[in-house]
Order: sequence, then C-alpha cells, then structure tokens
Amino acid sequence: MAIPNYAGPGERTWIWTYRFICALIFLFLIFPIIVIIPLSFNAEPYFTFTPEMMGLDPEGYSLRWYDALFGSSEWMASIRNSFIISISSTIIATTLGTLAALGLSRRDMPARNFITALLISPMIVPLIITAAALFSFYARLDLANTFFAIIMSHVVLGTPFVVITVTAALSSFDEQLIRASRSMGAGKFTTFFKVILPLLLPGVIAGGLFAFITSLDEVVVVLFLAGPEQTPITVRMFSGLREEISPTILALASVLVAMSICLLATMELIRRRGERLRGMTPG
Amino acid sequence: MTQATMDQPAAPENGDGELTTADGTPLAVSLRRSHAQARRRAFFLVLPLLAFLLITFLAPIATMMTRSVQNYEVADYLPHTTEAIDGWDGTGIPDEAVFAAMAEDVRIGAENRTIGRVAARINREIPGVRSQMMGTARHIDEMTPPWKEAFIAEDEGWANPEFWRLVKRETRTLTPIYYLLSFDFEYDSHGSIVERPEEYQVYRLMFVRTAWMSLLITTLCIVLGYPVAYMLANLPLRYSNLLMILVLLPFWTSLLVRTSAWIVLLQQQGVVNDTLVWLGIIADDGRMRMIYNQIGTIVAMTHILLPFMILPLYSVMKTIPKSYMRAARSMGASPLRGFVSVYMPLTVPGLAAGVLLVFILAIGYYITPALVGGDTGIFISNMIARSMQGSTAELKLALALSTILLVAVLIFYWLFNKLVGVDRLKFG
Repeated sequence: MAIPNYAGPGERTWIWTYRFICALIFLFLIFPIIVIIPLSFNAEPYFTFTPEMMGLDPEGYSLRWYDALFGSSEWMASIRNSFIISISSTIIATTLGTLAALGLSRRDMPARNFITALLISPMIVPLIITAAALFSFYARLDLANTFFAIIMSHVVLGTPFVVITVTAALSSFDEQLIRASRSMGAGKFTTFFKVILPLLLPGVIAGGLFAFITSLDEVVVVLFLAGPEQTPITVRMFSGLREEISPTILALASVLVAMSICLLATMELIRRRGERLRGMTPG
Repeated sequence: MTQATMDQPAAPENGDGELTTADGTPLAVSLRRSHAQARRRAFFLVLPLLAFLLITFLAPIATMMTRSVQNYEVADYLPHTTEAIDGWDGTGIPDEAVFAAMAEDVRIGAENRTIGRVAARINREIPGVRSQMMGTARHIDEMTPPWKEAFIAEDEGWANPEFWRLVKRETRTLTPIYYLLSFDFEYDSHGSIVERPEEYQVYRLMFVRTAWMSLLITTLCIVLGYPVAYMLANLPLRYSNLLMILVLLPFWTSLLVRTSAWIVLLQQQGVVNDTLVWLGIIADDGRMRMIYNQIGTIVAMTHILLPFMILPLYSVMKTIPKSYMRAARSMGASPLRGFVSVYMPLTVPGLAAGVLLVFILAIGYYITPALVGGDTGIFISNMIARSMQGSTAELKLALALSTILLVAVLIFYWLFNKLVGVDRLKFG
C-alpha cells in the first residue's frame, strides 16, 4: 500500500483519504468489542460510562459483576454445561469431518461436488429451521432436553467448518511427500503418523477450534433443545439480554472476548507452524 | 500401480494382443477394478458423516417440511362423512346419505371425545360450528332418522351450505392452505382463493422486508469490506497480519457478545448517544433511537457479517499480481481507470462468494433481529419462531413459512455452488 514515487498530489491526497476511511472501518469492526471490557468493571448497574469512570476515578470501577458471575451457582452450572456440550461435540465433529475431508480430497471421490454441498449445508440452512426440525426429531425419540440431543445437534452444526478447513489444508498437501517417505522405506503407518498427520494437524486443529467456537456460541438450537438441566451460557445470556440487562452479561462477554483472543492466537501459531513445516516462511 | 505396469519395457500380452497385468488379467479390466476400489475407499471415508447428516439433519428437515401440507383432522375424525361427501356436487346441502354418515361420525366422535377437535378446526373458519357440533353430539343418542331433518331441527347450522362446502374441502388430506396463508391468501366461503383482508396481511410484508434489509446489509458489507480487503491484500505481510487480527477477532467473538456490544453502544443511554450529547451535537432530550428498530438490526448485522465479505475478497485479491495495475498505468490508464477496468473484474469471484455468503446468512438470521430489532427490524425467521409456539394450525403455518425460506436459501446456495463452488470456501 506504499505510495508510488510517480503519484501526483491528487493521488497522494486520495491515498491518505483512503487510509483514513479504512481506519474508520477497522474502528467499526473492533470498537464494539473493546468497549464492553471497561464497562464490565462498572461500579454501577449501568450499561454506560459513569462520570467517575470517565474521570478514571478508582471508585468508579469494581469487580462486582465478575463476583456476581463467578459467585453464582447458576452461571457456573451454565458454564460447565457449555463446556460439556462444546468439548464433546468438537471431538465427534472433528473425527467425522476429518475422515470426510480425507475422502473428499481423493481424486476418485464420486459425486464430489454434490456431496460437499450436502456436507456444508448445515452451515447454510437458517438456524431456526434446523432448530425446529431437530427439536421435533429428538422430541419424537423422547430425547429432547438431553445432553445427547444437544451434542449431536452441535456435531451437525460443527462439521461443515471441519470439512472446509481440513479440505483446504489437504489441497496444499504435496502427494510426493508420501511417495518420498515410502521410497525411503517407511511403512504405511509410519508414513501416516510421521508425514501425513503432522502436516495435516494444523488444519485439523483449526477445524476443531471452529467447531468448538460454533458450539460454544450456538443459541437457537439450544433454545429449543435445552431443558433447565442443560442450560448453557448462551441461553442464559439470550434471556438476560431480552429481559433486564445487568452488567454481569458484560463481565461474561469480556471473559468470552479474552477467550476468543486466546483461540485466535492459537490459530495464528498453528498457521505459522504449518507454513514452516511446508517450507514457507511468514513475511 | 497400473502406471508402473505400463512403464515396464515389454508389457505382457495375452493371446489376443491385449495388454495384461502380470497375472494375466486384461489391463483395462484391472484398471477399472482399481478405479472402482479407489472410489469405494474414498466414499467409505465420507460415509460416516454423510449417514450421520442424513439421519440427524436432512431427514428431520424433510419430515418437518412435509407436515406443512398435511391436513388429517377432518379426514381422520369424520371418516364416514369423508367417504360419503365425495359424491356430493357441492351445491345446496347434501342429501340424506351424507347426513347419515355424519350422524355415525358424530356418534363415534362423541364416544371417543374426538369430535371437539374437528369442531374446533372448522370453528376457526365458521364461528358457531363448535357449539353446533358439540350440541348435536350431546343429543345424538336421542335422535332418529331421517338424519337430515333431525340434524336441522337440532341446529340451523346444519342447513348452512357454507359449512358443508368447508367440510368437503377439508376432507382432502393434502392442503395448500398454509402456503396460501404464507402469501396472505385464503379460501373464501365458495372455496376460491382470495387475498386476505388487509389488516391480516403480514407475511408478504415480512418476506419483502427480510429481502430488502438483507440486500441493504449485503450492500453495506460490500461498501465497507471492499476497501479493507484491498488494503489487507496490498500491504506488506507484517502489517496486514496485524490488521487482519482486527477482522478475525470479531469473526471469532461470540455473536451474543457482539450483539450486546451494540446494545451498549446504541441504546438511548448508550455510549454513542452519550458522546453526541457530551459533544453538544444533540440535546439531552433529543437522544436518537438507534436500537430496537431497523437501524439496530442493520448496524449490528452488518458488523457481524462483514468478516464473511472481507475474507473471501481478501483471498482472491491476494492472488492478483501487483504488476497488472502498474502495467495499466504505464499504458496510460488513470489510477481510477486502471482500477475499474483491470483490477475490479479480477475480484469478481471473491465478490460473488462474499455477496452470496452474506446474503444467504442474512435472510435466515434470527438472534440479532430478535434482540435488537424491536418490532420493525425483525425478519421472517422471527415470525417463524413466534408461530412455532402457537396452536397446531400456527405451527403448520410456521412450517410453510420455513419451507419457503428454505427454498429461497437453497436457490442462492445452488447459485453459490454454481458460480463459486462450495469446495472453494475458506476461512482465515
């Protein structure tokens, strides 16, 4: 985006204006996420900056909403439920999705495009339709309001992300490496565990993280399927936002943002490691 | 393996001069066999997920959709009448045979206590039928043939031709009625399709609103996403990697967190209004209403869907060599001309992917409109969710609305697959 040497004054002005516009758009993207963090330390039960907060007065800040969050057995139960659901569904979705991606990437896969479209469809179908259909399906089996039904539904919603990411990782996979490994005397298993898997792992982990965040963040299906015993954080947050909004939600939101930052950092590390393994260096 | 065989200096042949493998099978057969085996192996890897999705996702959706055209109440609870009324031509009131069949059904219905369900179903369209049918059911044991006279003596409603025409119509087990209602049409008393009275027309408006708001959101995503994607694709990697975080962090952050952030920002006592008041741009009593209406939905959804526009655009723009623009300039094109006629056409694949993805996700959105849309900023999904909690008839209407929405989404998905290809979808 460097300004070329031959740019005239008009073009220079334009480039600076363009940079300014982009800065505003980046601000639009990031500001809403950043702004809730200081507000979660509000000493008052408001969703807005108090004069004390603006004056950076320590009196205006407190940890009371974090206390309210981590001290409440209801919220803690929800957090526990959310993790049970997300972790179990991630493991199943990653396994099924990786297998499917391995199949889809083979040259001989029949009806590849059609099957890919089917496997990706849970991402495309409006969630309200998925939720209603899954609810009546599991209700008929007498399984509504069980962890089993919720986890299976989240496997459905998570697999498209695994399929997409692992397929993308496989598309840059160099088949010659397998032949090289075999020609140097490695058996099928050694080749799989020492050559294929390490190269594929970044894609698989990235897909798993996507499935995890999808499940952790999912609201509509759990609104239909979760009973009081399974209520995850999203349902509690959703009803909290509809009724009386207390800054406890902002405290939870800040925790979730911190978690997203960790996940994003993990993804970035994985990506760089993957590039290094393939012999590319990040610039 | 077959390749290796072909590379051998003297390929083995069978008596007819065909190439064969070492064990004597013709090469073509062996090749076909190994291809078929490879296809089976590939397919077996996909099979577990495919079977899982067929059973726990595609089949439940298909089953649910078929329920939107099913109409079993009258046919199930008035079986004799259903049979007898088939021969009636629909003018005036039916003859004694139909009344006798009805008498039989009412008697059975009164015993099994199912008559109330039929009565309630018909009562929805002709008020008063409930008491007419329930009253007759109570006295059915005291009544004697001829049924036609006995019924009409019991309640004048049995002489109403409209009632009989409705019964005849409702004996069909497949009905388009919920689809008609979805587009604000209904049957009149003569059984022909008419527009519903204006005060009941809601769904067409909702479909139109969902479509135009999704279009507006998609347009806003293009306007905001294109410049950002261009900047990210053309900066040196170490800067663009940093700026990419600003796109990816929202993408990774919970939808509910982002929606609550917009509530915090846009509400009347919120950050934006506070700042504007503090700057003196608006008066304290002139705070703007920016949430719980269309503005709230549009702003929040544009923010949430923007990364889905930026990421595909970015991945396409990154592959466009920078020398193309320099070449255009060196041949005398102005910066604008070079951009419009050289660069932009090359970004069309990314743009198509982003537009379709954002639009497909937008028309089915539920959570954000439900939280920040108020009454004017909600989508068809929210209408569906509301109707789902109602009576059987409302549920079926919700299913019909869902089917229409799903068909619309699938059309765009098909288009996406045709133009972009699902296998080209990538994140990050």
